[in-house]
Amino acid sequence: MENKKNLNNIVVDFRSTEDFVTINVNNKDYKVNKNKTIMQALDEIGYHIPRLCYHPKLSIEGACRLCIVEVEGMPNYVTSCTAKVSEGMKIKTNTAELRRARRDILELLLDNHPVDCNTCERDGNCELQKIARSVGIKMRHFEGEKRNYNVDLSSPAITRDPNKCILCGRCVRLCSEIQGVNAIDFANRGFDSTVMTAYNSPINSSVCITCGQCINVCPTAALSEKYYTVELFKELSNYKKIKIAQIAPAVRAAIGEAFGLEPGHNLEKQTVAALKKLGFDLVFDTQFSADLTIMEEGYEFLERITNNSVLPMITSCSPAWIKFVEQFYPEFIPNISTCKSPMSMMSSVLKTYYAKKRGINPQDILSVAIMPCTAKKYEAQRDELKIDGNRLTDIVVTTREIAWMIKSAGIDLLKTEPEEFDNMFGFSSGAATIFGVTGGVMEAALRTAYELYVGETIIDIEFNELRGFKGIKEATIKMGDKTVNVAVVHGISNAHKILKIVKEEPSRYHFIEVMSCPGGCINGGGQPYASGEYTALDEELLRKRASVLYKIDRAKTVRRSHENPEIQRIYKEFFGRPLSHKSHEILHTSYFKKYPQGVYKKY
Amino acid sequence: MENINNNKKEEFIKFLEEKREKGYYNSALMSILHKAQEIYGYISPEAIEEISVRLGMPTAKIWGIVTFYHYFTLKPRGKYVISVCLGTACYVKGSKRILNKLKEILNIELNQTTPDGLFTIEAKYCLGCCGLAPVMMINNKVYEKLTTKKITEIIENIKFNEEKTKTSKELVLN
Repeated sequence: MENKKNLNNIVVDFRSTEDFVTINVNNKDYKVNKNKTIMQALDEIGYHIPRLCYHPKLSIEGACRLCIVEVEGMPNYVTSCTAKVSEGMKIKTNTAELRRARRDILELLLDNHPVDCNTCERDGNCELQKIARSVGIKMRHFEGEKRNYNVDLSSPAITRDPNKCILCGRCVRLCSEIQGVNAIDFANRGFDSTVMTAYNSPINSSVCITCGQCINVCPTAALSEKYYTVELFKELSNYKKIKIAQIAPAVRAAIGEAFGLEPGHNLEKQTVAALKKLGFDLVFDTQFSADLTIMEEGYEFLERITNNSVLPMITSCSPAWIKFVEQFYPEFIPNISTCKSPMSMMSSVLKTYYAKKRGINPQDILSVAIMPCTAKKYEAQRDELKIDGNRLTDIVVTTREIAWMIKSAGIDLLKTEPEEFDNMFGFSSGAATIFGVTGGVMEAALRTAYELYVGETIIDIEFNELRGFKGIKEATIKMGDKTVNVAVVHGISNAHKILKIVKEEPSRYHFIEVMSCPGGCINGGGQPYASGEYTALDEELLRKRASVLYKIDRAKTVRRSHENPEIQRIYKEFFGRPLSHKSHEILHTSYFKKYPQGVYKKY
Repeated sequence: MENINNNKKEEFIKFLEEKREKGYYNSALMSILHKAQEIYGYISPEAIEEISVRLGMPTAKIWGIVTFYHYFTLKPRGKYVISVCLGTACYVKGSKRILNKLKEILNIELNQTTPDGLFTIEAKYCLGCCGLAPVMMINNKVYEKLTTKKITEIIENIKFNEEKTKTSKELVLN
């Protein structure tokens, strides 16, 4: 009789009953997959249990204790993220006692958290704040000792404020599981527990590669980019300087999210207009210099493949990746393309070719880069990228920072009249657009390299095997008499794997593209925080951002870098040809071994 | 001095290599750290780096474990580590006086090491032999029912023996 009644109540019915168990949630029966945790099962059924340390892309820690539920027969509350469902489990998710326990747990976290929400960088987009509201905290019952740590401002890219940390450990797990860098871990114990680098060294002298992925998963503002907004506002009112901005491809695909739009809107022209309103004299497109990068990198690849020099060639656009190689795999430095990244190429061209052409002093140019990336801030201050001791890119701000600046200046991005990029460095090919997504640099390089090597145009220029979000993507391309094996990886843990493969089989690949962030630049450390139904690293979110770039590419008539008329002009007027002496001087750079604290000199 | 350091390093590396050959060395980290402290007297940056390189463990992780356990120390300690018990029983029996006397004789504060690298004073909260209170341990040896007079004798004794071995070594060398 009892069974029959239960069966009648089943809401989710699956055909095969073998893999399913029946659980009872708040007096109602459901059939769920037996391999799921309680949290996953409840998510499917339609109960959202509050959570902080849980992240779908990371391993399960069970540290925050917020996701507790009541399970009949268990002496204590059960953390739903760690416990698996079992047959006949009776779960309560919302009893008065449970609510109280949850509230107390959160209040204890809040007690040790600064009360500065009105000045905090998270700008209302804070998971801790949201959960505090949803759990129903009205007043603070506890008043105890507070931690007092110094904010680590040492790094040009990442700022760490341990006072705001709630020790959920998402950054620690991300750094080790997704990025494989292990720059940070928990240290000390009890009240003194902190997330810190090895030897508690400042981030700048640690192994941190400044990719900024930890910022994206942090539920509070314990980790954030280093802000250059004050500096930039100040410089923007400096009438003596020519203020030039460049916008990276991935910025236009995500900036709308910071203004409340759904992911997947292209706001290229609105961003240009908003930057003009902010006070920039000229707005150029980093995609132009991406085309330039492809010319140099494509030729470099062809040169390496015909001369049989160091192969596989590895791309150099991702500064976090460069720092990673310099620290952990210096033996691969000769494999890395000597090309500067598109950002630095643009700044170099601005301060050499452009300054000469306009007859202005390079020092009067303020070169500002708007990037989806925190590591670009690190790249901009690299010594190898300085001309006579002066930085090429003066200020780098992230998508988040520029969105805040636009808002702060009272500009409504969505209502601005769209404007085009300025002439000279404003035109770009479709190949350059897809630089912002994993596989894009490879695809763009192949489009050009193939045609230059074989001498005929390819009709189907979309390399679908290089698209998508698989960790390691491989493809084989027949280029005339040569067969070229390429690989595309994103996320440093995948880069670890590919380097291991290369060590074992040095001749397996000819060309490897590496982007440090999972998904590529569209998921950079400086992109707007995932909001709404999306969590950080969500593939659906990445797909939507990527689709913007692929759509722009498809809509363009010029889809190969070497066909870009502005590129052809700059080579005619200035560089002569790719890999010329002049281009080597201006568009190429060098890399050196690095030994930050935590990397032993024996490596 | 250089020689001694090299010997320590060699001994530690030998231990690490043994562990590596056995496999499952990730789970041997605790015993490795114990060994490091035994050899170096503390967890030295050199030891952390050797572990990191040889066993492929991130330094941040090792750092986390070292800072988690109170047993591990990151500061060099003396040859003789004096642990004075300040637990309830010993405290009632006057271990504070013992501690003060030690500080006075050795002219150092708690958790400090004498300039000659011989003595370090530490406070412990119950050594588990309350019947012998007040107690202290010097390295692995327990000294029971202490008085300020006894303390002076113990320390003098150690100092005397140290001096003796030092001079005898010098005699042999000469």
